[in-house]
Amino acid sequence: MSLIQSLAIMLGREPTKPRPDEYEPEAQALHEAKRACKMTPEQRAEINRQTHDAHKVHTWRNRRWLTLLVVNLLFVASYHFDVQLIEGALTASRVIGFHFADLNSALQVTLAFKTILINLIIGTSTVLFMWWLLGGRSFCSWVCPYHLLAEIAEMLHLKLAAKKLVKDRQLHRRTRVVLYVIFAVSALASGYTVFETISPTGIVSRAMIYGPSWALTIVVFLLVLEVFYSRRLWCRYMCPIGITYAVVGAVSPLRVAYTPQDCHHEGECRKVCLVPHVLDVTKKGFAPSLHQGIGADCTRCGLCVDVCPTGSLKFEVKGLDKLL
Amino acid sequence: MSQSSKRPPPPAHVQQEARRKFLRSMLLGGMAVGGGLAGWLPVARAHDLRLRPPGAIAEDDFLAACIKCGQCVQVCPVEAIVLADLKDGFGMGTPYIPARDQACDFSCDAVQCILACPTGALTHELSKKEEVRMGVARLDKPDTCLARQGLGFKGAARGADFPGLHRYEAVDRWKPILVADHPYDLELCDLCVRECPIEGAIALVPMSTDPTDKRRTPEVRQSCVGCGMCEMICPTEPASIVIDSRSVWRPS
Repeated sequence: MSLIQSLAIMLGREPTKPRPDEYEPEAQALHEAKRACKMTPEQRAEINRQTHDAHKVHTWRNRRWLTLLVVNLLFVASYHFDVQLIEGALTASRVIGFHFADLNSALQVTLAFKTILINLIIGTSTVLFMWWLLGGRSFCSWVCPYHLLAEIAEMLHLKLAAKKLVKDRQLHRRTRVVLYVIFAVSALASGYTVFETISPTGIVSRAMIYGPSWALTIVVFLLVLEVFYSRRLWCRYMCPIGITYAVVGAVSPLRVAYTPQDCHHEGECRKVCLVPHVLDVTKKGFAPSLHQGIGADCTRCGLCVDVCPTGSLKFEVKGLDKLL
Repeated sequence: MSQSSKRPPPPAHVQQEARRKFLRSMLLGGMAVGGGLAGWLPVARAHDLRLRPPGAIAEDDFLAACIKCGQCVQVCPVEAIVLADLKDGFGMGTPYIPARDQACDFSCDAVQCILACPTGALTHELSKKEEVRMGVARLDKPDTCLARQGLGFKGAARGADFPGLHRYEAVDRWKPILVADHPYDLELCDLCVRECPIEGAIALVPMSTDPTDKRRTPEVRQSCVGCGMCEMICPTEPASIVIDSRSVWRPS
């Protein structure tokens, strides 16, 4: 998949099956071989059993939750116990004295204030480099404290949905793009950091560090919507921070890669994924090559890696195997 | 073109779902934008300006430049700075000083909050406390002022339960202590003058030419930086002297 395609899908285009000329010959041969092979009922039962067992694996999720909690608690501890490791909040901080600035917050401030601030240039360059190395939207799933709350809300949503008590109502994925533009334009036009007023990332981060605030009602409202109305509403369809980091992630060497050889195409990965459009490639006959990084929008959360019974989805650092 | 015209229109329920999806996106997207823009209301309607930390640039610029990280909060030795909540709208997450509860007493000497600010919302052009202009003190209730009545003051300035901190140079040069732990015994109340961190910013002047007249009135001078220390320490309830945020000094 080209970078342009990956970005277009991130920005809301629906993924499509590759054109016949886009398949590499090896992939073409693999798809034909898979189509020719009919499965016995025993084989199917075995796949079902494997799939069922794979749902009990939470290796990457646990590592991720631990990282997320440690990072956010470092912010809290730095202030309350004067450790001075990470001072500030997720919007901007000093990490052992070095300026860090959230890309989206820095953009809002720059557009509203209309001044190029040297500290923000230093802070965003550092952060840009760091998240380029670490996978872009990995900020979302590995650091953003709202993400963790939303994951808990999602579990609740799925439990209720299984009992047919709630229904997931989807939104257009382009909503996020429109919101991104509106918030950027309104910061520029009004001279206020409009998005920061509702940003659940900033609100939760500040509430953890500086104590609870009434602004948390916005977060609670969003979570209620996510439980009862639309699964992962904010992170999937609305948050402009996600777009900002997805652009960084599009060119990141750290990614989840897909190898179709052993894949059963049962689709469990797409069911657990926050951004299932990036996993379109795992559908039967969709993979254009035998080794394929998944799209820019991927948050590197590892849920698909955990749930994959065949190891067809794995974390990789692009080019590292060649280096070693 | 010929391809799309050959394709039959999607079934009614698919069309309906597409329409609903569009409406949902519009509605919820509109709510997010509306929620964000609603932050403008408190800003437009604000008549009392917040007392901002030292070095804050003009209010509109300040709201634009502040990245709402709270690094200024973290460095303040007396924890004078707090972050504004939802009701400040666009100002949510911006720092201010509730001076009556805890004023800035420049315990840090070097305006630490300014040094901590990553965006220059607290201007980096200041380096001394004397250069700060947060507002200006004003004798709000002359009738209750103890000095104007010629009265003294005995005890803890704000009562035994007051959690406010102040650095008393005589007690500990470096460590601020509770105001409640530092009782006074004054023949004539001069707390606002005594605890003012800026030399010559406020003075007690006689109210008559009669030398036996003990009454004095606090007079705010041009060097007042508006830190709020006098407002915090004033023992009357409510405070006789207050800070007018972002006001400039005028000769009376």
